[in-house]
Amino acid sequence: MTTNTNLNKFDSKLVMAHMHVAFVSLFIGGLMGLLQTLVRAGTFTLPFGIGYYQILTVHGVILALVLTTFFIIGFQFSLMSKTVGMTDKQRDSAWFGFWIMLFGTVTTAVTILLGQANVLYTFYAPLKAFPTFYIGLALVVIGSWIGCFTNFRQLYVWKKKNKGEKSPLLAFMVVINMLLWFIATLGVAATVILQFIPWSLGMVDTINVLLSRTLFWYFGHPLVYFWLLPAYMAWYAIIPKIIGGKIFSDSLARLAFILFLMFSIPVGFHHQLTEPGIDPLWKFIQVVLTFMVIIPSLLTAFSMFATFEITGRKKGYTGLFGWLKGLPWKDVRFFAPMVGMIFFIPAGTGGIINASNQMNQVVHNTIWVTGHFHLTVGTTVILTFFGISYWLIPSLTGRKLTSKINTLGIIQTIVWTVGMTIMSGSMHIAGLLGAPRRSSYSTYGGTEQASEWISYQIAQAVGGSILFIGIILMVYIFIYMVWAAPKGVEEFPLAKVSENAEPTPMFLENWKLWIGITIALILFAYTIPVIDIIQHSPPGSPPFDIIIK
Amino acid sequence: MHLHKYEKLWLIFGIGSLILFLTVLGIGAFYKGMQPPSHLATIDPQNVEAHEAFREENLGLRQLDDDKYIVSVIASAFNYDLGLDEEGSAVKNIRIPAGSTVLFQVTTVDVVHGFHLAGTNVNMMVEPGHISSLETVLKTPGVYTLVCNEYCGTGHHYMASTVEVY
Repeated sequence: MTTNTNLNKFDSKLVMAHMHVAFVSLFIGGLMGLLQTLVRAGTFTLPFGIGYYQILTVHGVILALVLTTFFIIGFQFSLMSKTVGMTDKQRDSAWFGFWIMLFGTVTTAVTILLGQANVLYTFYAPLKAFPTFYIGLALVVIGSWIGCFTNFRQLYVWKKKNKGEKSPLLAFMVVINMLLWFIATLGVAATVILQFIPWSLGMVDTINVLLSRTLFWYFGHPLVYFWLLPAYMAWYAIIPKIIGGKIFSDSLARLAFILFLMFSIPVGFHHQLTEPGIDPLWKFIQVVLTFMVIIPSLLTAFSMFATFEITGRKKGYTGLFGWLKGLPWKDVRFFAPMVGMIFFIPAGTGGIINASNQMNQVVHNTIWVTGHFHLTVGTTVILTFFGISYWLIPSLTGRKLTSKINTLGIIQTIVWTVGMTIMSGSMHIAGLLGAPRRSSYSTYGGTEQASEWISYQIAQAVGGSILFIGIILMVYIFIYMVWAAPKGVEEFPLAKVSENAEPTPMFLENWKLWIGITIALILFAYTIPVIDIIQHSPPGSPPFDIIIK
Repeated sequence: MHLHKYEKLWLIFGIGSLILFLTVLGIGAFYKGMQPPSHLATIDPQNVEAHEAFREENLGLRQLDDDKYIVSVIASAFNYDLGLDEEGSAVKNIRIPAGSTVLFQVTTVDVVHGFHLAGTNVNMMVEPGHISSLETVLKTPGVYTLVCNEYCGTGHHYMASTVEVY
C-alpha cells in the first residue's frame, strides 16, 4: 500500500500550488493581525485611510477561510495520492477545483481591498458588502466541492480495484473530512446563493436575518472540525512513524472520525445562545449534541498518549513518566505538533465553557472568544500544519529538511508558544472583564473598565508582535524548503498499525449507515427550529452598506 | 470492537463526567429557569415605535415598583437610545439603586448589535425584527460600561453608554 518514494511530480505540483496560496495567505493574514493588535493598543493609526474593520475582514477571510482551505485540500490530495493513487483525470478535476477556488479568492480579496466589503468574515446580514464579495466566496465553496468529489472518486476507484479490503486509514479520514465539509458547506452555500447574492444585487428587497445566521452557523461550527481533522490525521497516522512507533488502534481512529462527522454539524445553535427568536429547548438540545464531540476527543487523547508511552517504553525508558524522554523532542516534525496538542488542553477547556448554555452569557462576543480560537485553530491546528510542512514541502520539492532548518523550526515553535501565551492569555483575561471582540481602539467615553481593558490590549500587541516574528520565520522556512534546501529524498512518514491492535471490523466502513445517522441527527436538531424561524419571521431587513464605508 | 482495559476506564470516567455536567446544565436551565436570553417576540424593524415599549416616552429607565425597573432601548448604528432627560438631551448614563430587579428590553432599527453590560451577565444579541429581553438583579454598586459587542459598522467601537448601580 505504501512506498517510501515521494509523490510523482504531477501530484507534487498540484499539492505545491495549494501550499503556495496557503503560505502567501499566512503572511498577509499575519501582517493584518499584527496591525490590529497595534491599533488596539492605542499606539498606532493605520495609514492611507485603511480602516480597522477592513484589515479585520482581510485577517479573518484570509486565515480562517483561505489559508485553512487551501492547506487542507492540498495536504489531503497528497495523502490520497500516497495511499490510493490519483489518475490523470482525477488530477485534472483537482486542478479545476483549485483554479475556481483561487478565482473566487481573488474576486473576494479585490472587493475587500477596495473597501467595499468591511463586513468581517462572518458577513452578518443586514450589513451588505458589494455582491462580488459573496460571489467570490461562493466560488471558493464550489471549487472545494470539486475537491470533495475528486477525493470521493479516488477512494471509490481504489475500492473497486481492491474488493473486500478495508480502505487505507488516511484515505478513510480524508473522505470523512470531505463529507463533513460537503454537508456543512451546503448551509453556507444556501444562505450565500439563495439569500445574500439576490439581495445584494437588489433582486429582492429584504433578507431574513435570523435564518441567514442559522444557516451560517450550521456551517460555522463544522468548519472548525474541518480544520481540526487534518491535524488529527497527522496525529493518528503520521506522528507515530516520526517517533518510531506504531498506530495504537486503526479501528479507534476510524471510530473517532465517524463520531466527529456525526456530532460536529447539528450543533450550530451554541454560537447563537444569546440570540432572540430561537426556542431555548432547541438551544439546549444542540448544546447536548455539541458535547458529544468530547467522546472522540477523549478517544484521541488516549490513543495519542498510548502511542507515546508504548514507543517510549520500547526504547527502554521506564518509570511513570520516564517514557517521555523516549520521544524525539529535538525533531521539529514531532515537536511542533506536540506543542499544538498540549495547547489543545486549555483550548478544549475554553470551548467547553463557551458552549455551556447559560455560561455562554459570561463570555459571548467578548475577546475571550478570540483568545479561545487563537488557541484552537491559531495554535493547535496551525502548529500541526507547520509540523506537516517540515516534511511535506521538501518531499514534494525533492529536497531535504536540513538540521539547521530543523533547529529554526524548533525556535519558530517556541516563539509561537511565547507569543500566543501572552496574546491569547491577555485576551482571555480581558474577555472575562467584559472587553468586546471585533472592536477598534476605544476608551468608551473614558470609563474605568475600558481603561483596564487597554492595558491587556497592550499585552496583546506584545504577543502579536512576537507571533509576527514567528510568521516571518515560518515564511522564510517555507521559501528555503521550496527553493534553497539541498536536493534529496525527504521521507513521507506513514505509520503502520501496531501488531497488537485488533483487526478493524468492516462495519466501520458502512458509509450509508454513518451518512444516514449524520443526516438524521441534522434533521432532528434543525427541522423544528428552522420551521419555527421561518413561520414566525418578522418583516425582513433591507441592506445597509453606508455604515461599513 | 476491542477496547483496552484502561481505555474503557478512561471512557467510563470521561463519559460519566460528561453526563453529570450536562445534568447540571439541564437542572440549571429547566428547573432553576436559568435559560440563555431567548425572547421570541418579533417586531417590525422599520416601525419599532408602534410597539409600546419603544415609544419615545417609554425609552430609557422606568420605575415599575419599589425595587423594580424596566430599561427599554433602541439600538442603531452607533448609538443606544435611552430616551431624553428633563432638559431634552439624550441620556447617556442610567442610575439604578443596588439590589433592584431590572428588565432590559432592546431592539434595533438597522443591523445586528450586541448589548453587553460589561462585567455582568447582561449579554445578548440584538437583531432586527426581534426583541431581546433579559431580567436580572443588579447587586454590586459601580459604573458599568454598556458596550456593543457585535460589529455593526465603522463606528461600532463608539457605541456605548454607562449604567451606574448605586
